[in-house]
Amino acid sequence: MGRKLLLDKAHIENIRLYDVYRREGGYRSVEKALKTMSPDAVTEEVKKSGLRGRGGAGFPTGMKWSFLAKPEGVPRYLVVNADESEPGTFKDRYLMEFIPHLLIEGMITSSYALGSNRAYIYIRGEYAWIVDILEQAIQEAKNNGFLGKNILGSGFDCEIYVQRGAGAYICGEETALLESLEGKRGNPRIKPPFPAVKGLWDCPTVVNNVETIAAVVPIINEGGEEYAKIGIGKSTGTKLISACGNIKKQGVYEIDMTISVEEFIYSDEYCGGIANGRKLKACIPGGSSVPILPANLLLTTAKGEKRMMTYESLADGGFATGSMMGSGGFIVLDDTQCVVKHTYTLARFYRHESCGQCSPCREGTGWMEKILLNIENGKGKMSDIDLLWDIQRKIEGNTICPLGDAAAWPVAAAIRHFRDEFEWHITNADEAQRRNYGLMHYADPIHIPTTA
Amino acid sequence: MSVQFSEKSLQEVQRIISFYPDGKQKSAVLPVLHLAQQEFGGWLSTETMDYVASLLKLAPIEVYEVATFYSMYNLKPVGKYMFEVCQTGPCMLNGSDDIVKYIYDKLGIKPGETSADGLFTLKTVECLGACGYAPMMQMGKYYREHLTKEKVDAIINECRNEAVAIKN
Repeated sequence: MGRKLLLDKAHIENIRLYDVYRREGGYRSVEKALKTMSPDAVTEEVKKSGLRGRGGAGFPTGMKWSFLAKPEGVPRYLVVNADESEPGTFKDRYLMEFIPHLLIEGMITSSYALGSNRAYIYIRGEYAWIVDILEQAIQEAKNNGFLGKNILGSGFDCEIYVQRGAGAYICGEETALLESLEGKRGNPRIKPPFPAVKGLWDCPTVVNNVETIAAVVPIINEGGEEYAKIGIGKSTGTKLISACGNIKKQGVYEIDMTISVEEFIYSDEYCGGIANGRKLKACIPGGSSVPILPANLLLTTAKGEKRMMTYESLADGGFATGSMMGSGGFIVLDDTQCVVKHTYTLARFYRHESCGQCSPCREGTGWMEKILLNIENGKGKMSDIDLLWDIQRKIEGNTICPLGDAAAWPVAAAIRHFRDEFEWHITNADEAQRRNYGLMHYADPIHIPTTA
Repeated sequence: MSVQFSEKSLQEVQRIISFYPDGKQKSAVLPVLHLAQQEFGGWLSTETMDYVASLLKLAPIEVYEVATFYSMYNLKPVGKYMFEVCQTGPCMLNGSDDIVKYIYDKLGIKPGETSADGLFTLKTVECLGACGYAPMMQMGKYYREHLTKEKVDAIINECRNEAVAIKN
């Protein structure tokens, strides 16, 4: 059994309520920070922990905090990104739904470190019922003196508000989120200036993912160095993985970053293997934007090493043969699934979610969707594959925000690793309407070149 | 003006405005549009958007540009019950296409259409963050997950019974 720092108490009855959460040791990090530590000392512990942003980018949290500008007399803001919308990702929802006080506690401790007296949770509009759960937790924290004025006699004031979005994946991008929180369309801003200097209402702002802020609680309770002892290398601590697709046990798992991908998929402690006695064909290990890998490259790196559930190992081989940890949205495809159709649904998603600000993304996502639908429907031409490749190359790196890259990568990786499945769809168009390509060679052992 | 929030909703508007620093009530536009959509028949007419603009002291265009950007705001009338079925990758892997087809078989409506009795609207949506509980749909405030044909039948009956109960 791996260590659990976030969800270890999530199954306790009524942990959603303040009294139970407090009885189980909740809000200790707030007491420790506000009574015994300076704000900078809290940031220092987060730096020592090696915590990396859990939303997808994996940027070191302590470093992000240290960039926050602190001009005299200007308010600073902490904004929690709960706009969880990356296909395959449903971990923040789980955390907020089952153990909401963990997020509130993390926000108070983090706000103290950052000097933010007003913090917001920006939650995707569809999670409407979770707003009620969070607002109840906030009210309870306030009734018990953990929010409001002069918390625990420390002189520190803090309020937390919940803001609902209204259906826009793009608002998970931090500057689009801030635009939305200001009551505008979710069009990402040109950076610099970064939110740390000019964020919400032009004030210095830190935007962090739900899981990142929750992780501050065990870091302060146990100390940054202790937290950093869990995991391998720069992948410290625990990570929530939301596993879905064709596996036996779909759900949210907290892993310490020491297990292999194979163990995660096949162990009964986690996914429990592939559902219905089928075989593993492919997997997107970190949310729909990261490269899809065939079974063989998923379980073993191109160097022949066992692939681990860490930031470094999942990315081993770069985009040529690796993928990314991303948001931890783990999507598994069995041997009855069609990579072309799956890629089409993702292309449709990105076309739907493009904000329309940059031409390469606005136009390119539409073209990719149309071409993929043609191939899926047996109307594709062989030149379409190269055309898709050309379009995704022209989107990547040519947009204001990373949505362009996020839309390009899934198409690129699908062609890179499953080109023959695309070709088969085109050369055997009629047959492709009746059956799927199947597993073919995608789980075969990889040829590892040996050097003399 | 015929569009007018109830007292309760007006209080909620004030509570929402209090979330932001003085003068930043523009931030309230998204939550207040949600409230308006809920109170005024499940969609936002131009009249409703103008009303929200006047409440928040904004130019109407500032409300229109928001309402047209976000997918949860309906800009034309919808049925009393809206089935928003997710169809993105992970839901597709678990049979969301079959659910959309089954709803068509049962109610005769395709995505974007409303049943003749005005009771049901079918909408296909992109990832709702319920990938591990697929196939799924949103109905009103809540998610309906692990959908099967039987569950869809039960939900349709539940809606019809509720509609009859309200009528009586």
